[in-house]
Amino acid sequence: MAFDSFSAFLAMDGHGPYVWTCYAVFFLLMGVMTWWSLRQRRAVIAQQRRRMAPTPSADERPAAASFTRIESSQD
Amino acid sequence: MWQIFHKLGSPKWFFGIASTLMPWLLVAGAALLMTGIVWGLVFAPQDYLQGNSYRIIFIHVPSAFLAQSVYIMMAVAALVTLVWRMKLADVFVTAVAPVGAVLTFLALFTGAVWGKPTWGTWWIWDARLTSMLILLFLYFGVMALGAAISDEKSSARAVAVLVLVGVVNIPIIKYSVEWWNTLHQPATFKLTEKPSMPAEMWVPLLLSVLGLYLIFGWLACLRMQTHILAREGRTRWVKELVQAREN
Amino acid sequence: MHPIRKKRLTIVLFLLVGVSVAVALTTYALRQNINLFYDPSQIAAGEAPVDVRIRAGGMVEEGTVQRDPESLKVEFKVTDFTSSVLVEYTGILPDLFAEGQGVVAMGRMDGNGRFVADQVLAKHDENYMPPEVNEALEKAAGKRAAMPGATGESSAGY
Repeated sequence: MAFDSFSAFLAMDGHGPYVWTCYAVFFLLMGVMTWWSLRQRRAVIAQQRRRMAPTPSADERPAAASFTRIESSQD
Repeated sequence: MWQIFHKLGSPKWFFGIASTLMPWLLVAGAALLMTGIVWGLVFAPQDYLQGNSYRIIFIHVPSAFLAQSVYIMMAVAALVTLVWRMKLADVFVTAVAPVGAVLTFLALFTGAVWGKPTWGTWWIWDARLTSMLILLFLYFGVMALGAAISDEKSSARAVAVLVLVGVVNIPIIKYSVEWWNTLHQPATFKLTEKPSMPAEMWVPLLLSVLGLYLIFGWLACLRMQTHILAREGRTRWVKELVQAREN
Repeated sequence: MHPIRKKRLTIVLFLLVGVSVAVALTTYALRQNINLFYDPSQIAAGEAPVDVRIRAGGMVEEGTVQRDPESLKVEFKVTDFTSSVLVEYTGILPDLFAEGQGVVAMGRMDGNGRFVADQVLAKHDENYMPPEVNEALEKAAGKRAAMPGATGESSAGY
């Protein structure tokens, strides 16, 4: 252990604010990236499912259906 | 030969491989990264000159390392896109560009916060810092160009050309500290020499670099799968896959 | 390889070579501007312009730091072990500033070969080590220097 106490660990001899800002931003941004990637994936799966639905559900108006974005396939 | 390439480039085949790899990548990556960081923060000795502020190195170096590696991987994929027109290569480039941008930003940000207590300034226009900023703008350019062209094939080619042109920046970043006078010091990790720090410092650093590599692998698989699902929505295997998830 | 792919590969390689040559020529032409600072040797050789804001960088020479007792003024010599230049600075120095450490100073040369700085930044090297190791190294270096016939080689990594 490089530190005598927990408060010494937090203070880092006065460099605490710099060190902890870096680690906080690192984990925050990596977390946001992961959350955004997972959300995108869920959105794409939901979109595909909607497109595959055999008949539009009863409460969905036909006009709304015609505006769904259709991605072009390259096959 | 063509058969292997065809299989490698098949989105369906990749989707399956990625699904098996992903849990391993995430668990191993998170374990390595956390071990490296905790070791570096709590157990590694302080530096004789910088004291404890040097502990930023355990995320600064992995971020900067990955930022450049991701760009090199993108350049290889861009070459494949241009020469072999492999769809999966373009999926890789578009899927990982935002991850590369975040990693480059993190390298710049942690570097700035580290620079203040050690050098005495947040930012200086030396060759290393400037070329790293150019890398960030290259990532932004790749993302913007990809989003601006709606036709998938033209978009893939335009992005690939931009990525390949930008790859000359990578050796400039790497050798900037040797070719010119910079405030930034030369690399701590070199491929040919022993690292210029004792083992109780470089082992945790190596662990966090490897861990972040694996985490990137996981993110890349996840994001590529999303892009494949969106692009291949008309194919039968995607329909079956989405159907199966419903139940 | 398929001839079409071969052609595409050639085009891509030409593109890469062309861009690399362009960038190499540009950075070579601009090398003086890309360099962050002038070495003391360059300044001694008269390569640095007088009365223009430039940066000078090097190692703070041991035993040359002189602090003015009444103000924040400080004088020291910056060396690259070939030649050295006298730097004059008024202000707060960074924590890492010490004899034998690297610095980059921003300011201008006056006519008498003195460098008047308005900003001093610390430059450190890529060597990291625990304090105890550094002390041991310095002790060993001191002992070797005290021995008769010892080489002047320093074991501390500058």
